Amino acid sequence: MSDKPIDVRYVAELARLALTDDEVQQFQPQLESILTYVEQLEKVNIEGVEPTAHTTPVYNVFREDVSRPGLPREAALSNAPHEANGLIVVTKVIE
Amino acid sequence: MDITQLSIASLGEQFRSKSLHPVDALDALEKRIAEVDPGIKAYLSRDYQTAKKLAETADVSLPLGGIPIAIKDVINVEGESCSCGSKILENYRAPYDATVIRKLRAAGAIPFGRLNMDEFAMGSSTENSAYQITANPWDHGRIPGGSSGGSAACVAAGTAFVSLGSDTGGSIRQPAALCGCVGLKPSYGRVSRYGLVAFASSLDQIGPFSRTVKDSALILNAITGRDPQDSTSLNLPQEDFTAHIGKDIKGLRIGIPKEYFIKGIDPQVDKAVRDAIKQLESLGAEMVEISLPHTEYAIAVYYIIATAEASSNLARFDGVRYGHRAEKPVNLKDHYFRTREEGFGNEVKRRILLGTYVLSSGYYDAYYLRAQKVRTLIRQDFTNAFEKVDAILSPTSPVSAFKIGERTQDPLQMYLCDIFTIAANLAGICGISIPCGFVTEEGKKLPVGLQLLGKAFDEARLLQVAHAYEQSTEWHKARPEA
Repeated sequence: MSDKPIDVRYVAELARLALTDDEVQQFQPQLESILTYVEQLEKVNIEGVEPTAHTTPVYNVFREDVSRPGLPREAALSNAPHEANGLIVVTKVIE
Repeated sequence: MDITQLSIASLGEQFRSKSLHPVDALDALEKRIAEVDPGIKAYLSRDYQTAKKLAETADVSLPLGGIPIAIKDVINVEGESCSCGSKILENYRAPYDATVIRKLRAAGAIPFGRLNMDEFAMGSSTENSAYQITANPWDHGRIPGGSSGGSAACVAAGTAFVSLGSDTGGSIRQPAALCGCVGLKPSYGRVSRYGLVAFASSLDQIGPFSRTVKDSALILNAITGRDPQDSTSLNLPQEDFTAHIGKDIKGLRIGIPKEYFIKGIDPQVDKAVRDAIKQLESLGAEMVEISLPHTEYAIAVYYIIATAEASSNLARFDGVRYGHRAEKPVNLKDHYFRTREEGFGNEVKRRILLGTYVLSSGYYDAYYLRAQKVRTLIRQDFTNAFEKVDAILSPTSPVSAFKIGERTQDPLQMYLCDIFTIAANLAGICGISIPCGFVTEEGKKLPVGLQLLGKAFDEARLLQVAHAYEQSTEWHKARPEA
């Protein structure tokens, strides 16, 4: 599938995940061995085969576009790690 | 009479005849949990007070009126914790009931406790919980299976009558097998996933654990049905899943997939399953050798698709609306990176990395798309097989419960535990594990599970076969000393 082994640091960056050096040391060989294992899929003839995304025979499930009750504000805020004035406080986005 | 050992079928009868009150059942559980759970650690929390209040006024004329049920910590119950076995949700309290909980309550059942699990349902031993290691009730030095290890251990140990778990690649059936109880994974689309914290959305399904097949059918009766809040739940006719229970199985055809009887199965497990085949034959079922030719690829397909979906689903844990947030981030990137580093455990990180990689630019076609195509072939294998047979039989797990710590160092070896259960999730079909005997390891008896698979939405037939086998043997009556 690829000659280049997985670059754990780069993938962690994509996944928004900080990793310690120890974790990189541990994950690198483990993920390489899992990827080597899944390479056996190259042996399967998939010519003309459609992919399966899910197994239920339903597509485009629509509902009426009408408003319905949602979570009350207090309930929606009850788990916020940082909240003030009925709003969720977030980390500054613009530098 | 030990109340905690009753089936919910007989518990319900006793409630209705007034020989027992629902509060008595909770009192008995509370006592049993206090005695036994410190050694097993199936529960993360219990709320007897709320439960007893509900029990006092329970309407026992309802199908599950007054029946207490324990819930895997991945299903939202309003006001209760829902940690998913993860540090990142340590202080999370569910603001609403999952659809299955709403339906259980409507049927009269009383959720009363939260059950331990592998973090975000990722694991086969419950050792990936951030909180505690759950012991197998048959041997406290061994794992209960996973990821719904708590859900299986409590039912086997008599600290719950029934429980709910979730099954993405075997997480109901495998722990049921290893703890010696019944575990049912319904067909994909049968049960709403609304309020189940998502791991892999095209594979996840909620299902019951119980000590008899009939009890699982009774729970299934309550939780199925179309839910507008889960577009993948199907609008199927309401069924009574106990309807075929008690009917004989003469002439039913049961498929024995040759690819499932392979080297690597523990010889004692193999013998128990072969004895079960003979038993089913003696009940009049016809055994048919079948082939599921793409079986060997199921694990590879699963660990691409499940991790891809997980990496996407777990992106929501960003420390903004709920869950852990890193202290004093210097900027937004630092906020995300440290929140997730601090909140997630090793196995979850590993799977997020793998899933992110297989979806990343340049690798998507080679891994994810290819896996989705092989998934089609695996589904097709089952479609072909179910033209010839009514159910498919195999071991649930190639091995009995292993020792705590024995497999934690090699994730791939842990993944291979799921070899017989994974394909059912990929194909969207239903499956059940029922007790079919014991192995002896170091002088201790450990349960073996028999897996039966049915075609999609054929749960009633599956339960019929499972019940017929169960009632013709004594295995389901065996109890651990706990």
